[in-house]
Amino acid sequence: MDFLGILNSTAGFILAPVTIAYALAALGLAVHFGFAGLLNMGMAGFMALGAYGYAIGILSFGLPWYLAALVGLGAAVIFALILGIPTLRLRGDYLAIVTIASAEILRLLFLTKVFDEYTGSADGLFSYNGEFQESNPIPAGTYGFPPFEDTAAMWWVRIVGIIILAVATFAVWRLVNSPWGRVLKGIREDEDAIRSLGKNVFTYKMQALIIGGVLGAMGGLVLAMSSNVNQGQYVTSLTFFIWTALLLGGAATVFGPLVGSLIFWVLQAFLGLLFPALAEQGLLFGLSSIQAAQIKFIIVGVALVLIVVFRPQGIFGNKKELTFVR
Amino acid sequence: MENTTVKRGRAARLFAVMATTALSLGVLLMAGPATADTVNDEMPYKVSGNVQNNGAPLAGVSINVSGNGINADVLTDAEGKWKVGVSEKNAAYTVTLDESTLPDGVVVVDNPETADIVEGAVMEVQVGPGGRVTMNYFIGKGERVVTSMVDQVVQRLISGVNFGLMLALAAIGMSLIYGTTGISNFAHAEMVTFGALGAFVLSELGAPIWLAIIAAIVLSGLFGWGLDAAIWAPLRRRNTGLVQLMIVSIGLSLAVRYTYQLFIGGGTEQLPGADSPKIKLFGSVALSWIDMASMAISILLIAAFAWWLMFTRMGKATRAISDNPGLAAASGINVDSVVRVVWIVGATLAGFSGILWAYFRPGIRWDMGGQILLLMFAATTLGGLGTAWGALVGSLIVGVLVEASTLVIPSDLKYVGALVILIVILLFRPQGILGRKERIG
Repeated sequence: MDFLGILNSTAGFILAPVTIAYALAALGLAVHFGFAGLLNMGMAGFMALGAYGYAIGILSFGLPWYLAALVGLGAAVIFALILGIPTLRLRGDYLAIVTIASAEILRLLFLTKVFDEYTGSADGLFSYNGEFQESNPIPAGTYGFPPFEDTAAMWWVRIVGIIILAVATFAVWRLVNSPWGRVLKGIREDEDAIRSLGKNVFTYKMQALIIGGVLGAMGGLVLAMSSNVNQGQYVTSLTFFIWTALLLGGAATVFGPLVGSLIFWVLQAFLGLLFPALAEQGLLFGLSSIQAAQIKFIIVGVALVLIVVFRPQGIFGNKKELTFVR
Repeated sequence: MENTTVKRGRAARLFAVMATTALSLGVLLMAGPATADTVNDEMPYKVSGNVQNNGAPLAGVSINVSGNGINADVLTDAEGKWKVGVSEKNAAYTVTLDESTLPDGVVVVDNPETADIVEGAVMEVQVGPGGRVTMNYFIGKGERVVTSMVDQVVQRLISGVNFGLMLALAAIGMSLIYGTTGISNFAHAEMVTFGALGAFVLSELGAPIWLAIIAAIVLSGLFGWGLDAAIWAPLRRRNTGLVQLMIVSIGLSLAVRYTYQLFIGGGTEQLPGADSPKIKLFGSVALSWIDMASMAISILLIAAFAWWLMFTRMGKATRAISDNPGLAAASGINVDSVVRVVWIVGATLAGFSGILWAYFRPGIRWDMGGQILLLMFAATTLGGLGTAWGALVGSLIVGVLVEASTLVIPSDLKYVGALVILIVILLFRPQGILGRKERIG
């Protein structure tokens, strides 16, 4: 078994675009759930809008890549408005069911043959990154040292992704420590108390929904920049994985989602390579290596249960600032 | 004539071949110069074909080529040939044969070799680097389904009621669990899959299917008991919050779902009898005996459940806890044991629903329950969260809506209608059809 090779590939995920994308989406979810107490189970929908908005903006409307990226973020704002108006007045679990249904509606709309011309239906969209890569200032070639060795194109995606992530993290950190953020946390703890102070709870929740949704769309954007866009990526499981990453790090923290996503992906990559390798050595009770690749998902599920039951505040969270208000 | 060469395999399926050199030669000798009916000849690249039924050319068949800015209709000529010029190579086009222009008694049948057929008459073709592509349609004897609108509606309604009853079995349990414990149980999907998988595994082990189904339902009940004993009861004792419980159910759902995939893989399996023939009832309404048995057993089970809930001590206790758990506990009801029974009943109904779903889809997959999880949520919310009868009404509405909506919207959007209704109902009547207002906080 090539244990060093596995560690090497695993380390590569520390800086992978997918890790950055998860971190952005988990940060958005932290704003939704950790700070505003909104039980958003439709993060995959926001991410899909970011990705499809970007790809469709370039392919169908011929926009420059940065404008197309704004189309994706704008779509997330509109989605948040449509979602929030009927549901933000409802209790938590209703919001969860509505958001999960809305994300699935979006995915089915991207999947259907009806809009094939724009969405590529089941095939998805690809080869739209040309112009984005033309703006790449790095000369072509391979850079870095193993395990962080990659082409100039992928480095450009990473650099842009990390810049977006850094700006987003700073913005969220400032926001949640502002008067606005304190009101938001107040709404999470006791909505009626904040209402009695004369604050418009609905408006605050809507603002949080929009900000978190845009962060999720940025995550989708980074995913779209690094590969192609396909509706199969934006299934309900994606939302659940991002929840796992968020709760792992700590829902009511700014840096928890980043560290949570990092741990999530490093562990995913490590286990995803380790179990098939073990299976090939015949160390897993005769499971085939394809079967063994499923074990990491089972572990994600078990981990989610254990985190929520035994450490709901996450690694970095403060027990006093429990996000699970009853 | 050399058209004996075109007969390929399958007895019922006659291969209509296009542009087989040998064949065109034969036709050419008889019909003079072969100039296919051509549209957009000035375009640089060509999509062409030849529509024949067992060697006999079919003239006047309407064909549409669309994609990449092209949308051209063409009729086949006397030799069944057609050609459409297109602007792009290395691009995909959709070719549609209008079946109503085929002679009576023949239809486009599925190509057994390629998988890229969407609906028989609609095909995706890729114009490759050569800039030319030839299309093969498989024409075979068959009834073109010319169903009157009324028959279609009736067929869809029956199918919708069947689907709705199946959904109701799962949704009633989900709603009962919500009512007594407050959990929005995402793992209910896996309880549905469990029943179907159990029946499949047992029948693979050699049990006759009726025995496998009964045993699978019993096992489903045990599964529910096991989940309660291992996870939910300890969490109740810890006084875990509702949001935490919901996320626990999500984690559980992921873990169980991928455990299924670990064992049965990503493919689709069939229960015995899944391909039973449809029996014509009236008009063009046809149902297989499995469809009919499925509906009858669903109704019986729901009636039995209704009796249990309304008239037995346990059922009354369940309703009391749904109503007001504190008061129920204070009046001497053992909440913990009632909730355990609710989990067992919910899992039993879900397991049976899974078996019906395996026949309805048809097929067993590791994520088959997940495919209807949101419809179950839609049904319970629509009827009123936590009310058993609401779940029944909601399921029937969702079932009929999903099936009937395919009459007007493309079938790949049929679940969208139900989910949109879910959101709309929350706008106007958030407590659902049978729910009470105080349930929404």
